[in-house]
Amino acid sequence: MAKAIWIGFVALAVALPCFARAQQDTQKEIERYRELLQDGNPSELFEARGAEHWKTKRGPKNASLEQCDLGRGAGVVKGAYVQLPRYFADTDKVQDLESRLVSCMVALQGLSSEEAKRRPYSGPGQPSVMADLVAWIASESRGMRIAPPQSHPKERLAYQVGEKIFFYRAGPHDFACATCHGEDNKRIRLQDLPNLTNAGDAQRAFGTWPAYRVSQGEVRSMQWRLYDCFRQQRFPELEFTSDAAIALISFLAKRAEGGTFEAPALKR
Amino acid sequence: MRLDVVAAAALCAAMLFGCATHASDAEAERAALAMMKTSFRAQGQAGLDRLDRDEVQALCSKHPNGLPRDLAEKLEKAQLATIRYPASGKLMGDWREGERIAQSGVGKQFNDDPSRPSGGNCYACHRLSPQELSFGTIGPSLYRFGKQRGTSDAIRRYAYGKIYNPEAFSACSNMPRFGHNRILTEEQITHLVALLLDPDSPVNK
Repeated sequence: MAKAIWIGFVALAVALPCFARAQQDTQKEIERYRELLQDGNPSELFEARGAEHWKTKRGPKNASLEQCDLGRGAGVVKGAYVQLPRYFADTDKVQDLESRLVSCMVALQGLSSEEAKRRPYSGPGQPSVMADLVAWIASESRGMRIAPPQSHPKERLAYQVGEKIFFYRAGPHDFACATCHGEDNKRIRLQDLPNLTNAGDAQRAFGTWPAYRVSQGEVRSMQWRLYDCFRQQRFPELEFTSDAAIALISFLAKRAEGGTFEAPALKR
Repeated sequence: MRLDVVAAAALCAAMLFGCATHASDAEAERAALAMMKTSFRAQGQAGLDRLDRDEVQALCSKHPNGLPRDLAEKLEKAQLATIRYPASGKLMGDWREGERIAQSGVGKQFNDDPSRPSGGNCYACHRLSPQELSFGTIGPSLYRFGKQRGTSDAIRRYAYGKIYNPEAFSACSNMPRFGHNRILTEEQITHLVALLLDPDSPVNK
């Protein structure tokens, strides 16, 4: 019900305009609407569930995730998100939040990797443990500086590879990430596009994912954002927590370094 | 290329520490290619072969800030030779059909139905008919395209060719090669040419 009202509100705000001036007004209205909702972002429901999942015993080992090391020590959640992706010695890999959570579910709870990745994203009437955990863990970095480490050679390699993937043109449409996200002040239809090679835009973009998408009624993560971008790029399906996804997130996080993390945010 | 290797080796010798901890550009490129191959799965109509890049895609990926002039000219010449004009010789179709094609963004995504025709999604990036306020800005405004240029045979051929294969005119353009990559049919492209050039098209009002 509430979701329908939001969609109606945004649809109205988008449908009203009567050219350039009106477009600016629309943008202002959307921003005003966002401000109005800042105190009550529906992502809080997801975050609350995520906090419970963290403490809930699950899997063959009947264990919680409370001993999971997200990079700042076992069980430390505060500030973890803004220092990811990073290198983990136990897996000898650079991992983002989701791939790290999969490792913890396998090691601590005894789930198979397939089980841990079974429902990476939520859908109507189908909440996702993973998506809830991501919402909560991200919220525990709100207001902090984005500071992904680059001290390990594999972290630096992930950044370099991520940059290559950002400019990788392929598929029937010849699209790369950079096609839409490589220049300042561009739009698709009326949607503003962040230039992810520009620090200010990258900080605002990376700093506002995960986000509650009003149009979908779900909290979406950075992994989801990449999955859906590649779909629109006409690529095959990006695998959840794949190496390419982690490399690309490493690139984006580093581009956004120094920005303030303000997620889970609210988006159209 | 060879010089690059020599230069990189010299740099390595000079700054052993730095090179020991940073992958070379070629290493990063190799790692990226390997990673792309293991990070996607075939879905719907989008097979893994879509990750294989043709010469244009590989070159443009490698030069994100634009191709050197000689490479750009070579690429444009080769791509110009790929353009196929309709056997009928008719380059202007129906602008009304063109407007529908310009509005439609479906096609080629893994969740799209491959039995339905693709759209051109022109409004995603261009301003065209003034009635449509929801247009993107990645490409230039095409409002009054025909009014400014007329409908001569040369302009028709240019408009058709540009939609068929924009790489023939502007190396590493952001615009898809709608004809060359079989996104749109020859007939669909003639409808878009009409949308751009027909004096009755809203684009030229």
